Order: sequence, then structure tokens, then C-alpha cells
Amino acid sequence: MGEASEATASPFVLPSGDHVLKKTPLNATHRAANARMVDFGGWDMPVHYGSQIEEHHAVRRDAGMFDVSHMRVLDLHGQGARDFLRHALANNVDKLKTPGKALYSCLLNPEGGVIDDLIVYFLREDWFRVVVNAATADKDIAWLRDLLREAAAGLELRVRDDLAMIAVQGPSARAKVWQVLPQARSATEPLKPFNAAIVDDLFIARTGYTGEDGFEIMVPAERAPALWQALERAGVRPCGLGARDTLRLEAGMNLYGQDMDDAVSPLESGLAWTVDLESARDFVGKSALGASAPQRQQVGLVLEDTRGVLRAHQVVHTAQGDGEITSGTFSPTLGRSIALARVPRGVEPGERVEVAVRDKRLAARVVKPPFVRNGKVLVEGHAKAAT
Amino acid sequence: MNIPADLRYTASHEWVRNEDDGTVTIGITDHAQSALGDLVYVELPDVGRKLAAGEACAVVESVKAASDVYAPIAGEVVAVNEDLSARPEAVNEDAYAAWLFRLRPDGADRASLLDAKAYEMTIGET
Repeated sequence: MGEASEATASPFVLPSGDHVLKKTPLNATHRAANARMVDFGGWDMPVHYGSQIEEHHAVRRDAGMFDVSHMRVLDLHGQGARDFLRHALANNVDKLKTPGKALYSCLLNPEGGVIDDLIVYFLREDWFRVVVNAATADKDIAWLRDLLREAAAGLELRVRDDLAMIAVQGPSARAKVWQVLPQARSATEPLKPFNAAIVDDLFIARTGYTGEDGFEIMVPAERAPALWQALERAGVRPCGLGARDTLRLEAGMNLYGQDMDDAVSPLESGLAWTVDLESARDFVGKSALGASAPQRQQVGLVLEDTRGVLRAHQVVHTAQGDGEITSGTFSPTLGRSIALARVPRGVEPGERVEVAVRDKRLAARVVKPPFVRNGKVLVEGHAKAAT
Repeated sequence: MNIPADLRYTASHEWVRNEDDGTVTIGITDHAQSALGDLVYVELPDVGRKLAAGEACAVVESVKAASDVYAPIAGEVVAVNEDLSARPEAVNEDAYAAWLFRLRPDGADRASLLDAKAYEMTIGET
């Protein structure tokens, strides 16, 4: 058995040399639970604790939790923090008016490519919190520090390695968190999606990467194992990065390095909604984005055939020309394979395309992501309309 | 790790069982199914296909990745496990019961196959 010739490098099996993998504060907890561990962007992370599919269903139907402590929390302190982020980010931080409000944004390079995607929280005019991806964190920090030097703004960027982060997701997630952290209920029950509250030394945000309700909880690293164990006792199922990937793909959410990267415009990666081209504000990458009209677009695909699984880098043949899958998997909720793909503009939802899967061309249907949100399949009605 | 002593193995994680009628049955090991995770698709060779030793002849796909399965020895495919098209997860449940295909070997040469102990050494503990 070996990696199939057309199988793509899975994001969970990055080439590993002799380098020492980084460990989150929950590493021993995962190992004690017999998790299957993999090298994920230089971190020793759990891919599953037995069955990725069962973990996936637990999040859609009840509650699951993920160790996302490998993501990096950065605090930007100082007067003028908002002005700096107005220039650094493609989305407009002026949308953040109340403390605790979060915004999803791309960090662009001057050529208009995506350095990373992130969430920025407004806490005070002199304090914004940014959460970036694990594998890109060092690159992001170096880039932001360069921008800070240019701006000479006297701002400070603090890397919060002292925090761990646990994402608790699913229809029962919030209730189970309140069971474990009753003191957090009054501050977090009124939170609308994409808002956060600080409760003592916890930072609790109603955000996630699964398409389900829930919280992402930042906790001092030394207290993370106890919180994890308490959540597990409350019936929250430990879930690995494998389920996290199938959940986010069903939710139509991009993964950095697959569905977007520094060489492709966010406008060709399904991220136009996060790029503020309306306001007069200038930001890094803006002029490059305006210079040429996008030729490609992101769409969703549902495989109609059962003889294979859609995977990144497979070629998509459409009436408008060829495209490429950027992320593909088997969707446990739909029971068939789904993908995000970058295809020529003009390809419309409902169209049928063919995907090259090994030696076959398999039929797939173009849909508008997301595939699943809040436990509901959103593309089947479309399936009926199309047939 | 479950590595039955009565089977033979390859370093690429196939198991091989000698049948009384001279054919050999082939599957993937427990270690392999565990590394792949939940299987969602199995593609098997056509019956009658002649395989060279080491030839890629089947594909197992999990949620995570697709992997080729190689013919451990040369031979002709005489049967495939059709049940797996409807229930690929049977391989996760019992990798040694859920066989993939059966070969009539071209010759008697099994020298390249590993016994349980030698296979265990190749997978080691990571």
C-alpha cells in the first residue's frame, strides 16, 4: 500500500524531517487518550481519537471539542492600533464598533496574494487581538512587524504563547460549556455570533470553523488540561483535526495553503465578501486587486459518482475551460464526496462538470457553498432542482 | 497492533494468506487501516487481470487520503471482494476478514514476503 499517484499530500501528513515537533499544552492529554498523532505544520497534533467520521457526527449532532492551541494569538497594543489594522487588513476594522466584536479578514501582500486569513477581535481602542494559523504564524508575525516598523506607530505586538485554545462546537456546545464554566454563563449567553467576552482569565468567543454554534475558549496554558477533562466529563467528545477538516469543508470555509495562498487573489478564492473595496481606505494589496479583473472563481462541487473521492489538485473540466479542486473530501453528512474548486468565471451553480479522478472522469455538480450549516444540508434542494 | 502469525506480509502493508486451492488472498493490514482512518471507497482490479509483483492494482480511500494497494506477488486475479463497494468500512472493522482480492500465483516464489515478526519490525513504533 502506498500513497496513490494522484492522491494529494494530505494536510495531515506533511513531510517530516528530523525536526522536533512543537507540542500544545494538551499534548499529553491527547496521547493518554490514544489519539493518532500527526505532524501538522510542525505541530504534533491529534488527527483522530478512533473514528474521524464519528467525531464529525458528534459535532453536527451534539458537541465536540478541538485542541486549536497551535493557532497563534497575537495582541496588538497601543494608541493607533485601529489605524494600523485599517492599513494592514483587507477587511475593514471600522466594522468593529463594540468591544468583543470579531471580524474575519485576509492579510494580503502588496501583490494582492493572501499571506494568511485571520480573525481580529476589537477589545479596546488600544488593544486588538488577532488569531492566525499555525503554519503561517512566523511569516505573519514577521510581516506585521515589518509593517509596524514602516508605520513607526509605537505599537506593540505580543505573541501570547501563554494561552491555549479549545474550540467547543455543536448544537449542545454552549450548554455544555456553561455546565463546566457556570461563572461564564451570564457574560457569554447574550453573545451574538462573532462576538467574544472576557471572563476572569478566560477569553470566550462565539466563533468556530465547523458551521455549528459553539465557543472558542482561550485559557491559560497550564489550566487547559483540566478544562479539557471537565468538558469531556460533561459529554463533549474530543475531536481531531481530521474531523475539523471535513466539518469546515462542509461549511464551505477555506483552508489556508489549499483554498487560498500568497499567489492567488482572494477574489478568486471565494473571499470577495471579506475584502472591503467600497471604502476610500487604502490597504496593503488593494491596488493590485483593482488592477485586473478576476478570471476565476471558487465554487463547490458535489460528486454524483460514488467511484472515488474528490481531492485537491484534481482537474475539473467545465464548459468554460479547466479548473482545479483546492480541497476535497468525503462528506460524512452528505454521504458523498464534496470539494471546493477554482474554475473559470461563468461556471454556474447547477452545471455538471467532470473531474479527473485517477483514470476516470467522474460527474460532479456545481453548487454554491456552504454544503452544510447548523446540521442542515443546504445543497440537496438544489440537487432536486437540477435533476 | 494486530499482526496474525499465520499470514505473510509486505513492507507496503498488504497481508497475504495461502489458500488450500493454491490461490492467495490479499488485504491490507490492521496497521494500514488504522493509519488511513475511516475508509469510504475501495477500487478493486478486474477479475482475469494479470498482475506483476509490485504492480499497483487496487485503491483504498479514506476520508483523509487515497492509497494504492500493490500485488504482493505476480499472478492472475481470480476473485474480488464485492461486498466492499457497499461497505468499505468493513476493512476498518476487521482488516484480516475484509479481504480485497484473490490471486492465482504465477510461480511459487514467496521469498520477498515477510513473516509477522519481520513485518512488525518494519512498522516499528513511532
